[in-house]
Amino acid sequence: MTTLLTRPSESPTTTGADQAIETSGLTKFFGKQKVVDELALSVPTGSVFGFLGPNGSGKTTTIRMLLGLLTPDAGDVRLLGQPIPAASDQALPLIGALIDGPACYPWLSGRQNLWRFDASGPDSQRSTRKARIEEALGRVGLTAAGDKRFKAYSLGMRQRLGLANALLRPRQLLILDEPTNGMDPQGTREIRHLIRELAADGTTVFLSSHLLAEIEQVCTHLAVMSAGRLVAQGSLNELQAATSPVLRVDTDDVQAAEAILFASGLKTTTEVNQITSVIGDVRPEDVCRRLVEGGVGVRRFVVERPSLEDTFVALTGEGFDVAQ
Amino acid sequence: MWRNELSTLFRRRRTQAILLTLMLVPIVITLVVRFAGGPEGGDGPGFLSQVTNNGVFAVLAGLTVTLPFFLPMAVAVVAGDTISGEAGLGTLRYLLTRPAGRGRLLASKGATVVVFCLAATAAVAVAGLVAGVILFPVGRITTLSGDSLPLVSGMLRISLAAFLIGVSLLGLAAIGVFISTITDVPVGAMAGTLAVFILIGVLDALPQTAAIHPWLLTNHWLSYSDLLRTHIQWGGVVRNIGLQGVYVLVFGAAAWARFTSKDILA
Repeated sequence: MTTLLTRPSESPTTTGADQAIETSGLTKFFGKQKVVDELALSVPTGSVFGFLGPNGSGKTTTIRMLLGLLTPDAGDVRLLGQPIPAASDQALPLIGALIDGPACYPWLSGRQNLWRFDASGPDSQRSTRKARIEEALGRVGLTAAGDKRFKAYSLGMRQRLGLANALLRPRQLLILDEPTNGMDPQGTREIRHLIRELAADGTTVFLSSHLLAEIEQVCTHLAVMSAGRLVAQGSLNELQAATSPVLRVDTDDVQAAEAILFASGLKTTTEVNQITSVIGDVRPEDVCRRLVEGGVGVRRFVVERPSLEDTFVALTGEGFDVAQ
Repeated sequence: MWRNELSTLFRRRRTQAILLTLMLVPIVITLVVRFAGGPEGGDGPGFLSQVTNNGVFAVLAGLTVTLPFFLPMAVAVVAGDTISGEAGLGTLRYLLTRPAGRGRLLASKGATVVVFCLAATAAVAVAGLVAGVILFPVGRITTLSGDSLPLVSGMLRISLAAFLIGVSLLGLAAIGVFISTITDVPVGAMAGTLAVFILIGVLDALPQTAAIHPWLLTNHWLSYSDLLRTHIQWGGVVRNIGLQGVYVLVFGAAAWARFTSKDILA
């Protein structure tokens, strides 16, 4: 299927850097507020890299600095081994991006929009343009709607067109900011499938998303931002291993159970009939025996690896407040 | 890229509507003169009274009527929209990460605005010509000096005058492009450009500001009529072209300085 969107390894200007994205000391102020604070991102080539953080934590600002849209106040960016913005002209053609949602000309059709974006660069490759546009539209399922004007597109279709724009050329790196925003569950599945397919071809995918389950399903690596700082970075396995297992107990006799867990040295949080506790070094076998001996009716007793959501909340803090 | 820029501009309904509106002006004037009776020696706009004698003068009548406001408004809309319009749509970030190159994008926008200035003027001229030729007789062309010229050389002079009117708009276009790099709100850039134009018009009318009149971009706008004297007087025409060139250089440089260093947040 991928004839024109050749595998990155076959494209002539492969850089061979082992980090697809590398930043050091990346800092950006908006007025007096430090929006991004000495960020040191390291995205291995070939990874599917999840970029997480609450609203306002500086994700989009970081992505804009990566792509040369914003000038950092301090620090360096290297994309595919090339310094940005100095070597933008060499690096950016190998990078597809979806930044802060799709944006197109409402009075042009989907096809005309892609034509416009593709034609706007200096390295025009006109002879293959039509075929590349058709292939990109096909990949995101927009072939039939390609001649409709963009203003008639639904949110999900707009998102698909934005993705098609990111896929117009053979890419070594895709930077996708919330790619499934506004899509129906079916569309989300298709995009997840597409990301896996691209990753299998060797494209590095840098994915920012709020949908933690989605990140958990496709990502191999992860970075978590909070209030402009990087609070965690590494492979998914490493990060999940770093957080302790969680004990969940379902019971009617919440107060008695809490008392026993507390006596065992555990801190608990309770939601209706479920008690949750980070179990740490305490042996679950002992806790279970004490509960039964204490006369607590236990309906369910599980020890599990924390979900990505638990990890995320543990790293960035609970609550709905937008980070300052 | 430039060709694509042009087709994106002229495919837009708004651009088409602006050009159609501009074309309506000479057509309406010609129709009014034809069917409501011309202002024989009246105080209507210049060249209007000549239309009844020679339909070709509808070109100049149309241009004279649109130059004070319609044409500058059209230029303010299109030039003010160049960068801020892309920012407002969000397409600017995708053009720049393509990467189109900031200097290159600005240059191609500038060239497109130049084409629009000439196209808008040409639209008025052509619509005037067609309406005038259909509704009135055509013959030798009377100059402002009172002599008459053969139709062909008269037409050449009228075409040159129309071209000069197009060139007269370039200074304002450069101001519009510069303002467009300051804001992400296209309506703001358009209104700002128009405000600057009105301010210049006010300053040009006040006797107290006579010292700066030669530097105001509208000061030599009427110099195109010197082409319609029996012996063409080039002084005003040359000063006009030179002044527009100065505005294009100054505001073009300012736009470049601003746009190439700007943080793109849209």
